[in-house]
Amino acid sequence: MPATKLSKAAQDNASRVFDLDVSSLRELNQALHNLTPGSNETAWEVLNPKGNHSVAVGVDQPVSIDVRGSVGYYCGGMNSGGAITVHGSAGPGVGENMMSGSITVKGDASQYAGATGKGGLLVIEGNASSRCGISMKGIDIVVHGNIGHMSAFMAQSGNLVVLGDAGDALGDSIYEARLFVRGEVGSLGADCIAKEMRPEHLELLQGLLDRAGVTGVKPSEFKRYGSARTLYNFNIDNADAY
Amino acid sequence: MTYRNPPTTPRKSATFDDYTLSEIRRAAATGIYDIRGAGAKRKLPHFDDLLFLGASISRYPLEGYRERCDTSVVLGSRHAKKPIELKIPITIAGMSFGSLSGPAKEALGRGATLSGTSTTTGDGGMTEEERGHSKQLVYQYLPSRYGMNLRDLRRADAIEVVVGQGAKPGGGGMLLGQKISDRVAEMRTLPKGIDQRSASRHPDWTGPDDLEIKILELREITDWEKPIYVKVGGARPYYDTALAVKAGADVVVVDGMQGGTAATQEVFIENVGQPTLACIRPAVQALQDLGMHRKVQLIISGGIRNGADVAKALALGVDAVSIGTAALVALGDNDPRWEAEYNELGTTSGAYDDWHEGKDPAGITTQDPELMKRVDPVAAGRRLANYLKVMTLEAQTIARACGKNSLHNLEPEDLVALTIEAAAMAGVPLAGTNWIPGKNGF
Repeated sequence: MPATKLSKAAQDNASRVFDLDVSSLRELNQALHNLTPGSNETAWEVLNPKGNHSVAVGVDQPVSIDVRGSVGYYCGGMNSGGAITVHGSAGPGVGENMMSGSITVKGDASQYAGATGKGGLLVIEGNASSRCGISMKGIDIVVHGNIGHMSAFMAQSGNLVVLGDAGDALGDSIYEARLFVRGEVGSLGADCIAKEMRPEHLELLQGLLDRAGVTGVKPSEFKRYGSARTLYNFNIDNADAY
Repeated sequence: MTYRNPPTTPRKSATFDDYTLSEIRRAAATGIYDIRGAGAKRKLPHFDDLLFLGASISRYPLEGYRERCDTSVVLGSRHAKKPIELKIPITIAGMSFGSLSGPAKEALGRGATLSGTSTTTGDGGMTEEERGHSKQLVYQYLPSRYGMNLRDLRRADAIEVVVGQGAKPGGGGMLLGQKISDRVAEMRTLPKGIDQRSASRHPDWTGPDDLEIKILELREITDWEKPIYVKVGGARPYYDTALAVKAGADVVVVDGMQGGTAATQEVFIENVGQPTLACIRPAVQALQDLGMHRKVQLIISGGIRNGADVAKALALGVDAVSIGTAALVALGDNDPRWEAEYNELGTTSGAYDDWHEGKDPAGITTQDPELMKRVDPVAAGRRLANYLKVMTLEAQTIARACGKNSLHNLEPEDLVALTIEAAAMAGVPLAGTNWIPGKNGF
């Protein structure tokens, strides 16, 4: 089992810089979990992540964490209140099951970005791969670039905003999540349809763009997609849809 | 006098029996497969096909009421800082709030806690009823992630990553609209009244290498405190167990095809997966081959009904068993006292399995406020505790008769099989012979 005691270097460093070449992942996450409400240690920096998995998972205090490099799987998993910035790219499942707070990925994100997220804001400044926002349950996701196939599969709630294109089978078996895509959609998945962009949606979208720091893009440039709700209750005549 | 040919007795087909014919008619009339709860109902090789040998000249027994026979078990000692310590090797399996009523979940927690064992959440998140009344609660980490949240993950005593279940290895969950009440809908972030079909695969990992990374994440989130179980349906128990161990599991749960479900297609329940008895030895063998037997604990479930089943499972090498259907029956499920109401639903007590419809006269598999009042959580919890006590006493009775001062000292050598099938599956000799089918080239 990894050590849980902080290394001396980590304890001595009042600015809370964690160099993962020196300290272990376990030390980093334990130190983050040891934070209590009202702590003054509100700014954290993680050096040399080098594709490590599970960087800054289970954060439950409103601190900022700057990760200087690319991360592996599940960075910021279950984040509850932290403001995490990945100054690089993120592996699969970045921000999975996020509860609140924010995660920004300066580069690209791999599969399942924001999977099952319950809340908070996930911003991918590059592209996101397949299954972005899969099973999302309240999270808001803004992708500056494109997203891959099967994104927003079984998406239940929340908003997915894509400034570029979406791959095939967007929103397959979608529930009540809202999808806004500015570019082309490869194809729509089962029960996902284009929907009218009403004033409240334009307003909502503008708010999301503002929160994600997107400028020079108008909500009117997007199309909205959502559930046709024809598969909500099983009907044998719909069996061909599956 | 006219000769009359002797009449032919009407003969029903064994292949097209009454049940099969009724199912064809039902399918033709409705155009949809049959959905039901519970596990496989067909006759399968099971623990009834095994017998204990007991003591004799070469083995001496322990005194039934005087000599101690330990029943405790520790789960999760491989990696977890806080393993689960149970007084009895019988746990309560995962069953969802949503499928079960709030009072039923509370009763399970109460009964388990009285008995010194754990209970388990299900595909619907953690409720206050069960957290509040369960001293040791296992929090399931399911493909749907309904209600999954950081706070509940941290207040769980163990985490069970659910890959599959015995009733439907490879299938997702199902909860029909009539059971999606306001509270259930809110916990699952779904519109009220829709048919909720949960995913069969996890959304953010695929395969054993990803699972290893996922387990690492869960450990990091919970600071390596909690045991992490991996639950699989009885599909490929040897490889699934080995891969779960490789991925870092503290505990492997293998659920055979008699294991229940809230709602799944009948064709799935009866035709996919292996009998519980057939799953045990391959799973134990995998642990032994890896040098991890008793280091990674094995829990088996699916059709455990009494202390003899518990003792037999333990003798075959498992560390603990889990009960679901039997626990519901102890709470009052399928009780003949509701026979008239079962009849109105077109069934009879003991056969009622339309748990997904939410009309359970016993008030257990329902979200109907009036029906669920029929479950008194305190009294039902007491019944479950009584039942667990009886099972434990029964298992101890057998263990002492075999000369064992701990249930975990029971061993395959204590068993024989009544049928060739059971002998082959359990890897014990056919009664009266020294023949283990499949061993020594025969």
